[in-house]
Amino acid sequence: MPLIRLQNISKIYNVNEAEEVHALRNITVEIDRNEYVAVMGPSGSGKSTLMNIVGCLDTPTSGLYEFNGVNVSQMSDNELARIRNKEIGFVFQTFNLLPRSDALHNVELPLIYGGVPAAERRRRALHALEQVGLADRIHHKPNELSGGQRQRVAIARALVTEPSLILADEPTGNLDTKTGDEIMALFELIHEKGNTIILVTHEEYIAEHAKRIIRIRDGMIEHDERVSNRKVLNSYSETTAL
Amino acid sequence: MITLTEIREDLFMALQSLRSNLMRSTLTTLGIVIGIVSVTLMGTAIEGLNRAFMTSIAYIGADVLYIQKFPWVVGEEWWRYRNRKDITLSEEKAIEEQSTYAVAVAPFTGSMATVKYEDQSATGVVVVGSNQNYALLQGASVAEGRFLTEAEVAGARPVVVLGSEVAQKLFPRGGSLGKLVKVGGHSFRVVGVLEKMGNFLGLFSLDTRVVIPISQYFQHFKSYHSSIDIGVKIRDVNNLEDAREELRGIMRKVRHVPPGAPDDFAINQQELLINTFNSIGVIIAAVGLFITGLALTVGGIGIMNIMFVSVTERTREIGIRKALGARRITILVQFLIESAAICLFGGLIGLAIAFPMSILIDKWVLPTAMPVSIVVVAIFVSLAVGIISGLLPAYRASKLDPVEALRYE
Repeated sequence: MPLIRLQNISKIYNVNEAEEVHALRNITVEIDRNEYVAVMGPSGSGKSTLMNIVGCLDTPTSGLYEFNGVNVSQMSDNELARIRNKEIGFVFQTFNLLPRSDALHNVELPLIYGGVPAAERRRRALHALEQVGLADRIHHKPNELSGGQRQRVAIARALVTEPSLILADEPTGNLDTKTGDEIMALFELIHEKGNTIILVTHEEYIAEHAKRIIRIRDGMIEHDERVSNRKVLNSYSETTAL
Repeated sequence: MITLTEIREDLFMALQSLRSNLMRSTLTTLGIVIGIVSVTLMGTAIEGLNRAFMTSIAYIGADVLYIQKFPWVVGEEWWRYRNRKDITLSEEKAIEEQSTYAVAVAPFTGSMATVKYEDQSATGVVVVGSNQNYALLQGASVAEGRFLTEAEVAGARPVVVLGSEVAQKLFPRGGSLGKLVKVGGHSFRVVGVLEKMGNFLGLFSLDTRVVIPISQYFQHFKSYHSSIDIGVKIRDVNNLEDAREELRGIMRKVRHVPPGAPDDFAINQQELLINTFNSIGVIIAAVGLFITGLALTVGGIGIMNIMFVSVTERTREIGIRKALGARRITILVQFLIESAAICLFGGLIGLAIAFPMSILIDKWVLPTAMPVSIVVVAIFVSLAVGIISGLLPAYRASKLDPVEALRYE
């Protein structure tokens, strides 16, 4: 059973009464556990819409979406919230941390919504921050951290619930190349530990870190290929030592 | 349902948000502060009016019935009462002789006069003509000397009992007993001075009167009304209704009211005044609280407005929270707690301001105290205003689409 199974997924937006935009047209794709997939496409291709649906932030207009064998395409808001909380870890281009909360509280947030008791929450959040190398920054607020550090807090937040899927939307888009490489090395490490990662990007250079690239254009899958010449960065520990 | 952990997070975030927008929160709170101050002060004032009324009305006596030409509460048919036959001393005598419930009966009537002693004079003094029972009926006690005696009343002796203020004015150094004073130009010997009693309804003072035998009164004075009043003290307040019926029967018989005809006199009692006061009091309270409630409503609208601003400002934060698995109710409660906290804060400040003001009112305007019930109501109301004002903005926040919210700049 694949982790993600999309069958004839379409998404239509009504711009106004007369005009419809077909953001996705009959997308059918499967993603297995422990895959490392990059979704590529120019802006307006529909890749963001696809990610929103895969991330359970949005529901398709038609088609079937099974996550872990469960049909989520017609779920209610609250059921989707539960799936997002337990099964999916998000990493965004703009980090999306709560500006007034420190790193620890930001990482604890999904656990709070998951109803995890305080002591365990703290233990798990500290562990996640350790994994991304920020054990000494737990009480720093986002504006006291560098861009790379912020993204690592966000990755810790995505990892802390031990989700089935890590969904990263342009995770290096707001970072310089060197910091971006560090973050990609971190993803490599996370992948090695057995996590499933979907990476949305428009940069070939970034996409080549993945093992499989799905190219989207005009709401349809243009190309779905295994990466033969995969770019594997130095292991994460070496990168952070730089 | 929402978990305790989530509520704690909501509370924490709400307080954090208030703290980081301190100036805005304070200004917004001002509306609630003003609302709560005006509502609590209005409540305190109403409480004061009630107290003043109850204290004053105690002089009338719960166990005293007053037989009078006019009822205390007169509607539009005033002219009908005016043509009634006067109530006379002989009717008073009949009640004294026949009533089984009465322990004391006193006829009384009065008019304004000047009282003089040597070069001292007291103007605007109410001269009351009555009998030996008057003090008992009014709940007045004698400070010096004694009250009128039955013999003095029967013999129409020129004696007078002074109210405390009159005595104070004519005899600043005391020693009034046995002195001859001029009441409306006629000589009376002082036999007693009454204890200070205070104001009746804050309008006129019981202490500014003098009491003389009613027989003397008729010789020298002319009343506002030619009709007298009869006060009847009842042995047991529980028998008030029976006593009332008995008095009615006696009066009808003496006044020859034909069977079936309405009474041509009124029997008044304290309860009647209390009932009237209460029904007026309810209207005063309702109007007063409504007007001050408007201030609170304006405050609530201010809160609602600022909560909409807060929701818009934090659209992205809401998106993040939703992406991380916050359910609608969690977001809803977060904003409700925030607006409730602003209002509760305002309510507490309002009480802190209103409390010393109520003490000032107590000192200078009328005796009162902020009732505990008003404090509880004020806290409850400010919470309710917060929740009601926050409802719409919080609902809007909870309904936000996570995709749109995350994209919000």
